[in-house]
Amino acid sequence: MELVLSLGIGIMTGSGVWLLLRPRTYQVIIGLSLLSYAVNLFIFGVGGLKVNAPAILREGAEISTFADPVPQALVLTAIVISFATTALFLVVLLASRGLTGTDHVDGREQSK
Amino acid sequence: MNLGQHLIVAPILIPLVVGALLLLLDERQRFAKAMIGLASTIALFAVALALFRFAGDIDGPETAREGVYLLGNWAAPFGIVLVVDRLSALMLVLAATLAIPALVYALARWHTAGTHFHSLYQFLLMGLNGAFLTGDLFNLFVFFEVMLAASYGLLLHGSGLLRVKAGLHYIAINLAAALLFLIGVSLIYGVTGTLNMADLAVRAATVGPEQRMLLEAGAGILGVAFLIKAGMWPLNFWLPPAYTAASAPVAGIFAILSKVGVYVVLRLSLLVFGEGSSPSAGFGLEVLLIGGVATMIFGAIGVLASQALGHLAGFSVLVSSGTLLTAIGMSGSGITTGALFYLVSSTLTISAFFMLIELVERGQDAGASVLAVTMEVYGDADADDEIEEGGDGVALPGTMAVLGTCFAACGILLAGLPPLSGFVAKFAILSAMLDPIGGDSPATVAPHIWFIIFIIIFSGLSALIAMTRSGIRTFWASMEGTEPRVLVIEVAPVLLLILATLFLTVQAGPVMRYMDATARALATPHQYIDAVLDARRAGPSGAEVPQ
Repeated sequence: MELVLSLGIGIMTGSGVWLLLRPRTYQVIIGLSLLSYAVNLFIFGVGGLKVNAPAILREGAEISTFADPVPQALVLTAIVISFATTALFLVVLLASRGLTGTDHVDGREQSK
Repeated sequence: MNLGQHLIVAPILIPLVVGALLLLLDERQRFAKAMIGLASTIALFAVALALFRFAGDIDGPETAREGVYLLGNWAAPFGIVLVVDRLSALMLVLAATLAIPALVYALARWHTAGTHFHSLYQFLLMGLNGAFLTGDLFNLFVFFEVMLAASYGLLLHGSGLLRVKAGLHYIAINLAAALLFLIGVSLIYGVTGTLNMADLAVRAATVGPEQRMLLEAGAGILGVAFLIKAGMWPLNFWLPPAYTAASAPVAGIFAILSKVGVYVVLRLSLLVFGEGSSPSAGFGLEVLLIGGVATMIFGAIGVLASQALGHLAGFSVLVSSGTLLTAIGMSGSGITTGALFYLVSSTLTISAFFMLIELVERGQDAGASVLAVTMEVYGDADADDEIEEGGDGVALPGTMAVLGTCFAACGILLAGLPPLSGFVAKFAILSAMLDPIGGDSPATVAPHIWFIIFIIIFSGLSALIAMTRSGIRTFWASMEGTEPRVLVIEVAPVLLLILATLFLTVQAGPVMRYMDATARALATPHQYIDAVLDARRAGPSGAEVPQ
């Protein structure tokens, strides 16, 4: 499972960074989304990987059978925030497309 | 827990509630919105002053007091906390001092240029205050995002092609930086198991050698996120276009945004990697030093190369950030004292300068970038009719004389010449660099220190050259452009900020003592750590503090 998770994070980060550096706004926003997925998984992985472990403590149970609740709370917050900011970015992207007539990040096509 | 203690959370709650309330008001009720926003900002200033007096009640530099507020009433490492100490109180006052003039300036005309200006403004203040007050890394992230989300909206305020283009880059960069922030925070959490800054400072000292590399990597990634915000070279190419494109009052309050990055770097580097605390003591200081010097050089060249005044101001932000980062990188209590003074002085200056630029450029022919944006918003013909809307439309007599005086004052402040506070700030930094121990014997000064001193003076000189050049072009040029119609309500904020720097100069003694106490409290963070970790819970169960 560690391998799958780390591969997933790695592939998503790699694709995200590549897309982020592309000249089209749509590619940039997809890149940012992929990166934020990768980061969310990364935060999740920081707490240690456990299957079927509850995050809410019960009285008298062995502590090691529980998952770390803090990264889960962090991920939740991070998802909400990145969702909101990506939506905002999308609006700016559309405004830029409407004002400049091109989807290049600099607002004008590269002259060849 | 009495009412006074709840004052700590007020700088976050007031703008939150007011900002949300303003959303409910219809956009046509501009006057009501403006007054509510102004009242909230003034209340924030009062609260900030009260907290400032609480934290800085100077009996002696050693008796610094920290106010710790347990949100949710959980003891410190488990629950989240707000902490007010001298540094955060200082930053709160600075933010509120900028917020009032910038808002008043906006009331003249800018707040009508788009929707929800006042709500966004309040949310920006909430994010700022929260970032200064929080004692917890993840909440720092949340408040950073609140601040940034509001700043995206404010940057786009007034719309126009230029703003949307600059805004696109600004948002993309900051979203990427936010992701770095998250990676850094989670790495640190993974190693130390805590997000509380005070607890982190304790645990960082006990991290084993095999985990230490991971901790330092986390801190480094976190640092990159802050340095992007602070505008360290080579992470700062986004900054001048974004700040230039923003409308004048927005740029005026943006002057403090880059200082948030500097604030966090200062706080965390001294708290977690302070001298003698752990094997990683002094981690990253070389990067700050070299990066700071590079930023200063880049900023100074940019200032010299700027054709438009807006760019000049944008690059001045970089020079200011560079000087501060260099000073933090040099890490000495005396230098930090000067740096704090410089932080306050340069933030006030740059804010005043950004607002002044729009007034000055209003008189010039179209082509000046800021004016072009203005024209786009209002259309050429009715540019002057719009003014009637913003409260009392009293035009200023002797416009050019007043503007010219303000411009000269800004030039003197940016260059760091006497008699204004820019000089005091730079003098404090330079004298601390030349004499780090504070003894009478002439200490030998290392060559690299001389180089840094040269760069600091060079950056001041470049500001002077650039300001003189554009001043001559603007004020001594032939009077072909019409005299700009400038309202009293627009010049008053600029004058107010310049008066604030004058106040800093006149009161340099007490202010410097405060800064000195702050710097010393930062250099010995155990008091901060103890205050946070020993904070008592409120209520009936307050007696037993769980460890």
